[in-house]
Amino acid sequence: MTPRPGATLVSTTDDTVLLVVRWGGADAEVTCGGAPMVEGRASDAGARQAADPAQQDGTQLGKRYASDDGEVELLCTKAGTGTVAINGTPVSLKTAKPLPASD
Amino acid sequence: MNVTMLLDMAADGFGDRIVAGTREEGFTAGRLRELAAGGAALIAGSGADSVLYLAVNGPVFPVALFAAARAGVPLVPVNYRLGAEQLQHLIGNHPKALVIADEGQTAAIEAAGLAARTPDAFLADVAAADAAQAPEPPLDAEAAAVIIYTSGTTSAPKGVLLRHANLTSYVLGTVEFASADDDDAALMSVPPYHIAAVSNTLTNLYSGRRVVVLESFTPRAWIDVVRDQRITNAMVVPTMLARIMDEPGLDRSVPSLQSLAYGGAAMPRRIIEQALKEWPHVGFVNAYGLTETSSTITVLGPEEHREAERSSDDAVRARLSSAGRAVPGIEIEIRDEDGNPVGAGVAGRIWVRGEQVSTEYAGKGSSVDAEGWFDTRDQGRMDADGYLFIEGRVDDTIIRGAENIAPAEIEDVLLRNEDIADAVVVGVPDEEWGQRIEAVVVARQGVVLDADALEALRQNVRSTLRGSKTPDRIVAWPELPRTPTGKLLRRDVLSRLGKD
Repeated sequence: MTPRPGATLVSTTDDTVLLVVRWGGADAEVTCGGAPMVEGRASDAGARQAADPAQQDGTQLGKRYASDDGEVELLCTKAGTGTVAINGTPVSLKTAKPLPASD
Repeated sequence: MNVTMLLDMAADGFGDRIVAGTREEGFTAGRLRELAAGGAALIAGSGADSVLYLAVNGPVFPVALFAAARAGVPLVPVNYRLGAEQLQHLIGNHPKALVIADEGQTAAIEAAGLAARTPDAFLADVAAADAAQAPEPPLDAEAAAVIIYTSGTTSAPKGVLLRHANLTSYVLGTVEFASADDDDAALMSVPPYHIAAVSNTLTNLYSGRRVVVLESFTPRAWIDVVRDQRITNAMVVPTMLARIMDEPGLDRSVPSLQSLAYGGAAMPRRIIEQALKEWPHVGFVNAYGLTETSSTITVLGPEEHREAERSSDDAVRARLSSAGRAVPGIEIEIRDEDGNPVGAGVAGRIWVRGEQVSTEYAGKGSSVDAEGWFDTRDQGRMDADGYLFIEGRVDDTIIRGAENIAPAEIEDVLLRNEDIADAVVVGVPDEEWGQRIEAVVVARQGVVLDADALEALRQNVRSTLRGSKTPDRIVAWPELPRTPTGKLLRRDVLSRLGKD
């Protein structure tokens, strides 16, 4: 898939929902719990797929995840139990440098 | 992507935390989501295409904001202090609106053929509505979330259309989710028709910080609420901080306060220096932004304030008058009159680009150029380290002879004087020079400015700047005409000066 920033990705194995913050152009497959995520609303995810027991590290609400090359950045807007991976490689948690509250 | 997503995250992440109102009576994030759903059902059922909000700030404001977002219609917060004619004109732009208004506004709304609910009545109807009937929030991030009318200090008010994409981009780019402590609380003192009220509602909710509202500002009321509600973060406009610092006999201790943000107009150096000294435990944040940029685009942070305060290097000290550096996702260019970028330290017009920048004025078309750049119509310069210095509106520039003079530079010199509480410099039409420079100052409480004192002030400007930037006349008034959000009404100054 090549979703646009602002698109929502829904898991087919658990409750995980991700917001695409950055997508660096190239086509890639995003999986959660081993099964492909789909673009759209939770109701678009269709029937639940079987999760890969080896990919159950979980997703954390409000955390940012990034591909190793930094080309893709995803924000978790609903937490789940699966591991998110891009083309088979698990994404890593991105720590943000917070700005001071300005308003 | 709809701002409703931010509320869903808050309700999922910390649903039991009070996020709007006092510790005693406020709404939790979970309750706010229920009320937003009820409100969306009410709005959708009424067939309204927008929600007009003409009331003071309070916990009903976030309910209205998120209910409108979920229903897929824009929230239009309107300045309830506008005159009847202007108000009717703005209301007329939204003939199919659901209206929430304080009781005093009913006449203007009925004259426009609409019915109004008070905030309390709206809340009662929302609580009684069937939340199950709430529509799913539209996914279209390009839909309008909020329309805010500019204050119209230099031209007729324009409706700035802020899309869901603009607002969420601002929040996600500048705030870390759930980063606030359990007992953090923010105090909001600006009215709901100010962009800071909208952005503040979203960023505080997303960070998990309770928002308390001060309906009408006085220095004493502000201090009382900070202490009583153990406020940790507050946002003020410069005139408010000046009044807090200058109020005689006021006990200004605010032990709970950790962060104070300010913006919306120029901050006199004397006031910020006094506040830094008086509140050594507080982190100060200067934010610069416009309605059109979904609030903040540059920030001068707490460490930068303290570093400037301590420094003996003039360039570093000068940063206390700077608006700071660009936030992530924002590009800034200073351009000359022909639209070409200028170098560090050179003054020009400030242009800005980024996801959070609105691209449209409601009913008036695009507000950006083909490359997405927005002309702020603010004058400024950027130093070699990326610090932005604002020199006022381009439209306020005085042209004396062939020389362009920024009033801000002269006002800054006047405001360094301990006896001066407020100052404005304007260009008055002049047969010989095109425009001549005149200044109006306001004395600090207890100080009387006689003719000698005003002449001394004039000589002080001459020795600091130079002859061509020295006001031809300085007069003293009891106060300057400002909007409730602290912006100077230069037009009113000019017309009153003509009659003096």
